[in-house]
Amino acid sequence: MPDTLKFHFDIDGSDFSSAGAASVMVKKKLRQLAYDPEIIRKVSIAMYEGEINMVIHANGGTADVEVSDEEIVIILSDKGPGIPNVELAMQAGYSTAHDNIRNLGFGAGMGFPNMKKYTDYLNVDTVVGEGTTITMKVKL
Amino acid sequence: MKISEIRDLLGASVLTGEGILDHEVTSACCSDMMSDVLAYVKDQGVLITGLVNPQVIRTANMMDMVCIVFARSKTPTEEMIELAKECGIAVMCTEKRAFETCGILYTAGISKCNEDKNA
Repeated sequence: MPDTLKFHFDIDGSDFSSAGAASVMVKKKLRQLAYDPEIIRKVSIAMYEGEINMVIHANGGTADVEVSDEEIVIILSDKGPGIPNVELAMQAGYSTAHDNIRNLGFGAGMGFPNMKKYTDYLNVDTVVGEGTTITMKVKL
Repeated sequence: MKISEIRDLLGASVLTGEGILDHEVTSACCSDMMSDVLAYVKDQGVLITGLVNPQVIRTANMMDMVCIVFARSKTPTEEMIELAKECGIAVMCTEKRAFETCGILYTAGISKCNEDKNA
């Protein structure tokens, strides 16, 4: 196995029905590589939340997953509207999603709290009008 | 309880997952909000929902759930069934409403999913 495994995904923001497909793929690959189920669970839930957010709010973007001996790093990058108030977005229950998104089963304001809950490190680099890059790490 | 017993209790039709009907499940959760499922559920269990979109399957997959029950005759698409098959998740449909579905399973010994407080 090479020192670092890398997976790259382009996340289509125009089709909600495909949202989450990259996370399913990552989960499948990590299972094939026989990682601890609890680690796989944390990584896939955190990435899934981020991926859904990217489709809902930012018209898609890219997802990169890097697996090393020490940690799994997930980097989600988009050129969406940015997040005006990250502190507020981190609060459980706070959401700017519209009703049509709630009808699809999301937008309960649990995305960021969940990403934080399931990872060991979460950084949100965002500029309003330019985009957002989210970095998450799960230690192995 | 085996997944096959859930099918029998609910008079449900199995759309995929015939091969895992002997799988034991002990807990379930019922929600149309996938956000809540992602936030509050731990344990491999059963998802009861009336929501029909591919994210139902993906959410169950993320949470290591092994069975999805679509209540009140909601029917998943072929795409969803195929996705569930790939993920190894049993999918069934029942005419019963979500509340009744929960009541039947709860009475039969299925408990609530434990909340994941230590993630």
